[in-house]
Amino acid sequence: MNEVAYIDRPNRPLYFYAILYLAFLYIPVLFLPLFSFNDNIYIAFPLKGFTTQWYVTMFNDQPMWAALNNSLRVACVSSAIATLLGLFGAKAVTRYRIPGVKPIIFVIMLPMVVPLIIMGVALLILVTRLGFNLSLYTIAMAHVLISVPFAMATLMSRFEGFDPSMEEASSDLGAGPWSTFWRVTLPMVAPGVLASFLLCFTISFDEFIMAFFLGGTDPTLPIFIWGQLRFPQRLPGVLALGSLILVISFVLVFFSLWLRRLGVEDTKSGI
Amino acid sequence: MSFWTQIGFEFDTAFSLVNYAEAVEKPMYRALLLRSLTISAICTVATVLLSYPMAYYVAFHVRKHKMAWIILMTVPFFSSYLLRIFAWKIILGYNGVINSGLKGLGLIEQPLAFLLYSPTAVVITLAHAWAAFAILPIYISLEKIDRSLIEAATDLGDGPVKRFLGITLPLSMPGVIAASLMIFIPTVGDYVTPTLVGGPDGLMIANLIQAQFGLVNNWPMGAALALDMMLVVAVISLLYIWLTRKVTENIA
Repeated sequence: MNEVAYIDRPNRPLYFYAILYLAFLYIPVLFLPLFSFNDNIYIAFPLKGFTTQWYVTMFNDQPMWAALNNSLRVACVSSAIATLLGLFGAKAVTRYRIPGVKPIIFVIMLPMVVPLIIMGVALLILVTRLGFNLSLYTIAMAHVLISVPFAMATLMSRFEGFDPSMEEASSDLGAGPWSTFWRVTLPMVAPGVLASFLLCFTISFDEFIMAFFLGGTDPTLPIFIWGQLRFPQRLPGVLALGSLILVISFVLVFFSLWLRRLGVEDTKSGI
Repeated sequence: MSFWTQIGFEFDTAFSLVNYAEAVEKPMYRALLLRSLTISAICTVATVLLSYPMAYYVAFHVRKHKMAWIILMTVPFFSSYLLRIFAWKIILGYNGVINSGLKGLGLIEQPLAFLLYSPTAVVITLAHAWAAFAILPIYISLEKIDRSLIEAATDLGDGPVKRFLGITLPLSMPGVIAASLMIFIPTVGDYVTPTLVGGPDGLMIANLIQAQFGLVNNWPMGAALALDMMLVVAVISLLYIWLTRKVTENIA
């Protein structure tokens, strides 16, 4: 009997390895906030002392605010569109019988594995050949394309998690398709919708390559940071900005993963 | 567009294979593509090897708070890619965390020059950035394994090593394959990492493609190089899938 329990038995060497692994994942990122409070223009040990001047410098940086504003607008628009597309797409592939659904899902998920630079180059050629000017709209469009797979994946698991008979019951009781969708389907998938929106938002907010290729004269935040990296004296400001972004994105991602999980657990206990 | 040619600021839209011929013939292009593939391959192998025990631990030895472990492993992946790579630049730099730290401790006199601006730096940074992509597929395939199979092997007298090689490893191969491809394909075309930490020796094909659209201003050539890379990556991926299938079939 002792051997059967082998599987769940605690394993000390592996446990230490796991802790080390997590440290490897997190420590590099933690250096950003550490040095952002360091009172020295050069990013090196030993630490000189505590300061918040880099945060003050950053807050007075007008181009930074403009870039942040651009990024927020692009992220809001693109994640709203991606989530909407993901919602209809997920409903279509989980609720209706569509011939060739597997290839369709494959094509939708493809942007997840195609190297971003290929997508960037392809879209750049497409957009300029069609005669559009590069602007925040072209960036937003590209971000929709790369976040739709994530929206679909999040929402599909949500749709698969709840019982279609709820929708059937609603239409049996006389609700039209629109009111069924509005009053039954949407509330059921709402946590998934929010999770997908937050996920797409973080993706768009952080995305660099697409914005790099497709951006016009208005920079998004990652492009702005990229520009700053060339000037050593501006690095501490970037560190301060980066630390803030990290904190906010960690919170957002935790929240969206938690929401997604919440949805899954709910339906599991319901069945 | 890759079949066109660039004349000054205009495109000659007549069909031409000139760009492809150049992409194949020019030693620089070939060398860069080869280097990109090598760096990605090393990075993929390293990431998968390092992540496998981690996924194994969570799948088989964690009973409580499994979800918390998974969230912990995935969250860094969603934090800003640019900032994570920048963090590595700070760590590996000439005056960076490692060098200034070791110097402060009196372990080294001169900064270790090989840390930043080298292919090694690119491999480390990429391995760190894509770790979550390796863990999740491996974890899922390990989690799917029927525990009774392992119990049966134990009952029939197999030791831990044989149990792992005979059952766990072959059954988790789909996860390992998925993980390798999910890392290999995007890293070949990565642009940010080689630019920030690669230096002249760590430049990769994506830098070249970007240069064609920027400084060099030869868009058709850039398009040809991009397609070229796509093709090579696709062929390698298919070969890899085919090979691993053969090998697993032979073991099973």
